Amino acid sequence: MSEIEVGVAAYGDVRGSGWRSELQRASRVMVAARWPVLAVAFLLFAAIAAVFGGWLAPFDPNRQNLVLRLADPMTSGPDGGVFLLGSDALGRDVFSRLLYGARVSLTVGFAAITVGGTIGITAGLLSGYFGGWLDDLIMRLGDIQLAFPFILLAIMFLVVLGSGVWNLIIVLGIGQWVTYARIVRADTLSLREKEFVEAARAMGDSTFSIIFRTILPNILAPLTVIASFNVASVILSEAALSFLGLGVPPEVPTWGSMLAESRDTLVANKWWLAVFPGVAIMLTVLSFNILGDWLRDFLDPRLRERT
Amino acid sequence: MGAYIVRRLLQSIIVIIGVTLVSFLALQAGGDPTYLFVSERASAEEIESTRRALGFDRPLHEQYLSFVGDLARGDFGQSLSYRQPAMEIVLDALPATIELTLFSMILALLLAIPFGVLAAINRGTAWDGSITTMSMLGQSIPSFWMGIMMILFFGLYIRLFPISGNVPFLKPLIAGDFGTAFSNLPRTIYHLVLPGIAVGTYSLARNTRLVRSSLLEVLEPDYVRTARSKGIPELRVLVHHALRNAWLPVVTIVGLEFGFLLGGVVVVETVFSYPGIGRLLFAAINQRDIPLVQAGVILLASIFILLNLLVDLIYVRLDPRVKLTGGRG
Repeated sequence: MSEIEVGVAAYGDVRGSGWRSELQRASRVMVAARWPVLAVAFLLFAAIAAVFGGWLAPFDPNRQNLVLRLADPMTSGPDGGVFLLGSDALGRDVFSRLLYGARVSLTVGFAAITVGGTIGITAGLLSGYFGGWLDDLIMRLGDIQLAFPFILLAIMFLVVLGSGVWNLIIVLGIGQWVTYARIVRADTLSLREKEFVEAARAMGDSTFSIIFRTILPNILAPLTVIASFNVASVILSEAALSFLGLGVPPEVPTWGSMLAESRDTLVANKWWLAVFPGVAIMLTVLSFNILGDWLRDFLDPRLRERT
Repeated sequence: MGAYIVRRLLQSIIVIIGVTLVSFLALQAGGDPTYLFVSERASAEEIESTRRALGFDRPLHEQYLSFVGDLARGDFGQSLSYRQPAMEIVLDALPATIELTLFSMILALLLAIPFGVLAAINRGTAWDGSITTMSMLGQSIPSFWMGIMMILFFGLYIRLFPISGNVPFLKPLIAGDFGTAFSNLPRTIYHLVLPGIAVGTYSLARNTRLVRSSLLEVLEPDYVRTARSKGIPELRVLVHHALRNAWLPVVTIVGLEFGFLLGGVVVVETVFSYPGIGRLLFAAINQRDIPLVQAGVILLASIFILLNLLVDLIYVRLDPRVKLTGGRG
């Protein structure tokens, strides 16, 4: 058996009748490893912050208070509230802005891999199933893109298109498709010749149905590993682009733009403005990386070589 | 071998053409690019004459061909903010960026090997655990935040390293002034420490994991077991039998490394007010100085592509197993 076939056999079980026991095994392995549990806990917290930030935030993230500028953490703010993590140069509450920042980071992270994943999976399926000139065209396009430092491509387009969540998602998403396309293509190539695909063909299923109903469900599992690592790197890129002023419009708080603003008050040692947004980015990215590692080990240790 | 080189050369040329096409299209993607070149208060006639002067009224393919023609003659257009040829400005900032990139690349490679080896030969122990955890952490820290934290700690708190600027080494060297260059060198390195660590951390972490896993793979095979059973000392086994085969994957990523580092360089230079291409790009982005952005992007991308070509060619020489027709395996 080739490496890919072993992989397919290994994760093929997940969608079989034993999914309940698989789920139990997954959670057992996760608890035993400890770190993934913490990662999932943190990501849940971040997700809650992203969705319910409006209710959880003690202050309006854009409410300025010129009297209480650059307040230390834990000083009392307006209306009996407390600046848990201090206030910034315009007197805005850092904690509330952090909660809102989770929304941009997570939305962009997930939306970008949805865009990149959809393009990549479709391209990989078509490339692997049909082969020939289509395969050549898609794979060479991928080669060209990978030969181009991605951050420069992103900068180029965002400078001209202007900032905005959608532009960010599209640019970061397009940056990811090649990884998915390559893996899906390899798996499709090996599945194309399998008996159950032959059977579907003999039953007169349409090509569309064979590709998307027969092959696709069997190659999804390893993609979750790639997706997890990808969310991490997309969030890092988003933070960097926001830091450069190429992210979302300035009135939307993001972790990257908070760090950019913190530079002006760095010399005055207003450390909390620089420390907390960075910690938020680091913990989120770290959690996705830990999750990806765990998923890979759980699904198929052989994937180690491919990621 | 000859056919392979020709193939890779052609491929690189196609990619560079792709780069110019992308930078050309990026300019068009935002609608009529004329508006980027005129002031907001420009009259309709002014806009029309600028459009004509810059050739934006011509069909797209004609514009692209003349764009490429200009590039081939080394004309990247005038920078809008400096009123000088864009390429001159970018080339002026290039030596500083090369210094920073080289420094962090050396840092990331030199430290990754001992860390990776240490983790691999102590697999499953506390050594392995802490090195693996540290590299997981290193891959999760944004480079520019790393820079900000180091400015806070080393620059402002214990005041050990300079937090901005640079002392040129390559620039006087290129100009032929060796005396100045080498007397600058200690201070050049002193200024590179903080930004270098900020840029290099991510790569260091990745390389450490790579060295570890690639060493673990080659520590298994029979020839290592044979060497051990012959009573060859462990260190010799490691250096002569295992490491020799483990460093091929490491060579592969050196070329790609530059691309990874580049992402860090662009932002970290801004953090440290380091006068390289990254900071230049940052300023150009904020001033919508498109010709300058184009010149910077095309120059960096071309360096990246040529470096990868070079690494591929070296790789073929190093590893006879590489299939000459299929590129690296």
